Formats: sequence, C-alpha cells, structure tokens
Amino acid sequence: MSKLNETVPHRSFEALRRVDFRAGFRTMGMLPVLVILCGLIQAATIYVDGEGRFITAQNISIVAQQAAINTVLGAGMTLVILTGGIDLSVGSVLAASAVSAVLVSQVYGALGVVAALVIGLGLGLLNGALISSMRLPSFIVTLGSMTAIRGIARLLGSDTTVSNPELPFAFLGNGSVTVVPGLLSVPWLALIAGSVILACWFVLRRTIFGVRIYAVGGNAEAARLAGINVGAILLLVYGISGLLAGLGGVMSAAQLYSANGLQLGQSYELDAIAAVILGGTSFVGGIGTIWGTLIGALIIAVLSNGLILLGVSDIWQLIVKGLVIIGAVALDRYRLRGNPRT
Amino acid sequence: MLEMRRISKTFAGTKALHGVDLAIYPGEVHALMGENGAGKSTLMKILAGACSADPGGEIWMDGQRIEISSPLAARRHGIAIIYQELSLAPNLSVAENIHLGQEIGRAGILDRATMDRAAEAALRRLGANFGPRTSLAALSVAERQLVEIARAVHARSRILVMDEPTTALSSRETDYLFALIRELRAGGLAIIYISHRMAEVYELADRVSVLRDGTYVGSIQRGQIDPDTIVRMMVGRELSSFYKHEHRARLADTPTLEVRALGDGRRVHDCSFAIRAGEVLGLAGMVGAGRTELARLLFGAAGDKSGDIILEGITRYFHQPREAIAAGVAYLTEDRKIDGLFLDMAVADNIILCTIENDARFGGILDRARGRQRAVAAIRALGIRVASPTVGVGLLSGGNQQKVLLSRLLEAHPKVLILDEPTRGIDIGAKFEIYRIIDQLAGTGVAILLISSELAEIIGISDRVLVMREGRIAGELTGSEMNQENIVALATGSQASPARRAIQ
Repeated sequence: MSKLNETVPHRSFEALRRVDFRAGFRTMGMLPVLVILCGLIQAATIYVDGEGRFITAQNISIVAQQAAINTVLGAGMTLVILTGGIDLSVGSVLAASAVSAVLVSQVYGALGVVAALVIGLGLGLLNGALISSMRLPSFIVTLGSMTAIRGIARLLGSDTTVSNPELPFAFLGNGSVTVVPGLLSVPWLALIAGSVILACWFVLRRTIFGVRIYAVGGNAEAARLAGINVGAILLLVYGISGLLAGLGGVMSAAQLYSANGLQLGQSYELDAIAAVILGGTSFVGGIGTIWGTLIGALIIAVLSNGLILLGVSDIWQLIVKGLVIIGAVALDRYRLRGNPRT
Repeated sequence: MLEMRRISKTFAGTKALHGVDLAIYPGEVHALMGENGAGKSTLMKILAGACSADPGGEIWMDGQRIEISSPLAARRHGIAIIYQELSLAPNLSVAENIHLGQEIGRAGILDRATMDRAAEAALRRLGANFGPRTSLAALSVAERQLVEIARAVHARSRILVMDEPTTALSSRETDYLFALIRELRAGGLAIIYISHRMAEVYELADRVSVLRDGTYVGSIQRGQIDPDTIVRMMVGRELSSFYKHEHRARLADTPTLEVRALGDGRRVHDCSFAIRAGEVLGLAGMVGAGRTELARLLFGAAGDKSGDIILEGITRYFHQPREAIAAGVAYLTEDRKIDGLFLDMAVADNIILCTIENDARFGGILDRARGRQRAVAAIRALGIRVASPTVGVGLLSGGNQQKVLLSRLLEAHPKVLILDEPTRGIDIGAKFEIYRIIDQLAGTGVAILLISSELAEIIGISDRVLVMREGRIAGELTGSEMNQENIVALATGSQASPARRAIQ
C-alpha cells in the first residue's frame, strides 16, 4: 500500500485555494455587508441630522433587543434548514406559548416560563413526528400547523389580549445586566439570544447530533445507508425549533407584559427564514453556519432601525427589506456555483 | 446508408472509444452488443448529437460527410433515438409529445387540430389503440414506447436507435414490439438495436456488431450469428496479472453469512447462498438483474423481504441499515455520489461519520482531536491522496473518493463487506489499489460479497462467482468454470453454452 502522498497535483491545489476562498466567503459572507450597512446608516444620519444617531450605546442596545427574538427563531430555523427542511409554524408557536406564559403566570408566577417552553417543544415535536414518521414534506406540514396553531393561540386566550402587569419574569424583556457599572450593560434579551447562538454553535460543531444534522441535509439517503436514524434527527430538529419558538414567546411576553393570540408573531417565520438565508445557509440543506444566521438577523434589525431613524415610511421599509432578501438569495446562487454537488 | 468512421471519445482523460467504425444499411436490424461499459451508449450518444466525438472521427450519410453537433442536427438527418429512460413529458398529451420541440402553430399559437391529425396518422400506422389526446400519464411503459416510435415515424426518421427497449416490457408486449420492428424494417427503416439478451438478438438481428473496451471487434451476418461466437467476441481473451488473489477462504464449520430464499417479491426472488470468512464471493449479472437490489435487501435498506439472513449462526432481520451495521454488515453503495458520500463535508467527517460514537464523551459531545486522529490513520492506511483531512470530499478524484467511502465502512470493523461496483468510474491505478485492499481484507477474515459488471475483475479476485439473471441466482461457478464465457452465458441465458451444466 502506498504511503500518504505529501504532494498533491498542481491543479487540485488551485481548486483548494479557490474553495478556501469560497468557504471563507461562506462563513464571513455577510459580515462585510453588515459593517457597510452600519456605516452607511451612520453616514446618512450625520447627513440628515448633523450628528450620528445610529452608532450610540443606547441605539445599539435597542438594535440588539430588536434582533433578539428573530435571532432565537432564526437559530432554530437554521437547524431545520440545514436538514433540508423548513419550519413555517414558528410565528404561531411563539404566539401560542406567549399566551400560555402570560396565562400561567397569572396563577403560578414564574412557572409561566416553563409552560411556554413545554408548549413550544411539544408543538415542535408534533411537527417533527408528522414529517419524520409519515414522510410528509416539511413545507406542507408546517404550513398546516402554522394555521392550526394560530387558532390554538387565539383559543387559549379566548381571542383577547391576555396580560399580567405583575409579570414575574418581565425583567427578561426590559431589564439589563450591568457588566461595567455606568459604562456597559447588556439587555437580557440580547444575552438570551447570544446564549442560544453559542449553544447552537456547540451543538452543530461539537456534538454527534450536529454532525448528523449536516449529514442528513447533505445527503439523506447516504445518511440512512450510513446507519443514521434520519427520522430521529428530524424529530429532534423540529422539536428544538419549537422549543426556541417557545423561548421567543417568553421573551415577547416579558417585553409586553401581555400576549395576543391573533397578532403576536405574525410573519415572524418569514423574518427568521430571511435571517437564515442572509446568513448564507443553503436552502438545499447541509451547508451553513449559526454565525451566519446571527449576522443575518442583525442585518434585518439594523436595516429596520436605520430606516426608522432616517424617517423612511414603513411602506418603503418593506420594499427595501424585500429587495435585500432577494439580493441575498442571488448571492446564495453565486456561492453554490462550482459546488461539487451541482 | 450511414457510416461512422474512426470515432473516438475521451472523457476526462479516459478513452471510452478508440477509433470505432460502424456501417448501417437501410432496412436492417443491426444489433449492437458488448459488456457494460464497452462503449455502446457512448457511440449512440455521439450519433444522437448528445455528445461530440474527438476530432478525427467522421460520420457519412448517403455518401456525404455530415456533422452532428446537436440533438436537433441528428433529428434533421433523420436519426431518432429511444433511450432506456424514455424522454417524454408525462404531463402532456400524446400529440404534444409527438410534436415536442416541433410544435405546429401560427404566430406562436398552437394549431392543435393539425397536430392531432398528424399524430393520429402516425399512431394509426403503428396500430396504437389510443388517441392523440390521451394524457401520457395514463399510458403503460409499452404504450409510451409506442409514442416514442410514433415520434420517430412522424419525423420521417430513417435510422432508429433503440437502447434496451424490452427491459420493462412483458413477453406479450415484447412480441408486439418485435412485430412492429419487423414492419418498420420492411418499410426501409434502419434500426440499431442495443440489447444484452442473446435470445432477442438471435430472433431479430440481421447483423451483429460487437464492441469491447471501446474498440470495434467485428460484425457478423445473420447466418453466422451464434451465442458462443458473440460471447467470445464480447469478452476477448487477454487476462492480465492485474488482479491480486493471495487470500485463502477459511474452512470454518459455519459460514459467516448465510442467506436463504431471500426475496422482495418484485426484483429479487428466492436467492440463497453462503459466504465464509476470508472469502470473496463474486456476484455477476447484467445491469438490472437484481444484484444491487439483493445487496440492499440484505443490508436492510430496501423495506420488506422474505427469507432468512443468518449471521454467524444467528438469524437476523434488519429493518434499517443501522441494524445491519451494528451487527457487522457494511455496504459500499453503487453510486458513491448519490447515496454514499457527503460531498459538502470534509474527508475526515466522511470517514468517521458511521462510528462517530467512538469519539464522543458523555452526552454526545465530540472529541474532535480523537476523530481527526482516526481519520488521519485511515487516510494513511488506504493511501488516500489528500492534502489535509479537512478538505471537502467533493474535490477528490473518483478513486480517492471511493477509498474515503471504503474507509468509513472499515472503521466499523465489519464481518461482512458488500462491495457494489467498487471500481466503477475510477482510473486504472486506483483500481489496482482497491483490488489489493480487497485481497488484504479477505486475508484478515472478512467475508466479502463483490458485485461487479466487469467480468475480468470479478474472475480475477473472487473465489467463487454467483450469476444473477432476472432477480434469481442463475448459477454458481467455481474453479476453472469461472470464465467469462460461462458468466455471460448464465447472465444472458443463452442456451448453446456448455455452462448450462453448471446450473443446478
């Protein structure tokens, strides 16, 4: 048997370099876009108002809070999309668990958090069970559950806004942790979102489960033939997405002291998907990172915040946001060109 | 009428065709035969304009040199091809399919009435019992084939190429197709007929041309067609010292793996055999004979089955591949890109994926360093040429990809190793190395089932050979019976060969 060859042919070296560039682009991809976007908005506020109102400690803290819930939903969505699926139900799950959190907190106080997480996890596992055991397409299952769970959310709160002015976990939504007194404090919401991102990074990079998520998304049939229980992986992934939507419900309830089954979380799933795609995760599955999703969620939050600061009407905000998402998908295409799988 | 001269074709460095000559006359059924990979399909693709020949080859028609640069050009010259996988749109009607790409209309508006009339005329000529408005989805495979032929008739094609047209047909449908082919021949059409089935060629062909390893071996006329001659032409004579065979099967009391009456009721029927430790059992047969289906059934990858699988004396029933892997059965899939490798993932991850539990600490947390060590050891053991274990496996050559996949299986320390076409699409040097790896594994006591369409390979490294035909084991060959003529005879079911004696 021949020994490990130290030299590789010239041509494959070239290929390696090119792919390294692409891989770098893949993970770093949108970070420059985020930086440029921040710079542009800062410059525009200086131009309009004579002073930079975007990059201030206070505004950055606001952006972080605005991005937090979408980051958490996007983290769950990243796992799902990495397996080649989609979860359209996260907005409805968020609403249902926020309503439950408030209702339970009226009687049992802080147990409302647990209730919301359990409901989110349960609904997510239900999605996962339908997708993995009955082999239904995830798009259709979660499209259905998005509608049905929206109904459940309204049912739970008798189609009214439920509220609790004494919400014991309201500090999660509005409080901050002081890191350096008088100088730096981090909102709880941002802290939660950051922890979720770190946890997902750990799962994806450092656990068996994480490697298998990539394997299932990269080639489900090969994964099955390699002895991976594909159904179990899918079940867990949708369960996690539901759990994180439940956490999003807690965060949202904590922010508002209340929850409304009809309005809360409307079209949040689309923002979450947009964050994942902006972050460079491929819709085909198997390619993507959690850091990309964080950057994607920040881009969306910065864009909204900046357009508001500049006094752009919300109609134009929608149009700009939409165009940015389409531009990102065009980038996705460029990235996938020359992919060995195509 | 048609002459192809000195046609060569090079795919990514390997030569698929070496200066092939072929002459076709009007009103003949010209059978084209050869082993899998002999170059038949490539030659026909060149004729169809689906791929272009290397410079130097010429195609002449009616005494004039023509260029076939695209499928459209082929159609303009009256060449029509019916592929194994029919190229029709199931969501359209029969008439729309017949006119596909040549729709009749004015200013972009379809003239359905004219299209239907023309389609109807072609269908009637062929004796079809369905009309032009029928949706293609409602038709059987045989009827769809008829639509393809109708398309060729409608386009006034003069040469019709049929690639294994009877694979999916019942015997009655086949009879009908043959009658139709004879009728078309009487009408002056030239038909190039590709088939593995000796009986069909014998019944139908006016002339037989044989390809082997991309070269033209020769043609024989109707009077001289006999199975033995064709088989000899197909397999050739030279057997090299290319194959390594130093291991010796162990004479244990119980075989490592015994399979009894395994079947799925569809493509595999009543297959029984046994493999001992340290033995390489070859499984030969034509494409579609059910070899891969048998392997997947054995591996628990193909759903319901009947029959028993006895591994080291214990009867097992594998519902899922992971159960088979846990029991010590590993399967190298036929197509490493489609259902083997994770092309986006690193070489290291591809190698350790199956046995990743070994690298994990409590709670499924990975020890990446340990995994990498294991991957590096595997890369060294099989001599995989890669700059670093973190390189994406999609960038490797076919041979190195195959070795990555093989080392993933070996990480699980299998007792039974099923190798499905382990050397397909890899270069000669990598083949050589894979043969050595197989021989060494057998030497360490692994029981190996080798599926291969390359006869020389299967004879060169197997201890015994099973031959499958139409989902059943047609016979077993050992010792000196293991030659190419006997295998081809069993695989095609030709009557006149002495190998018939080997069938129980």
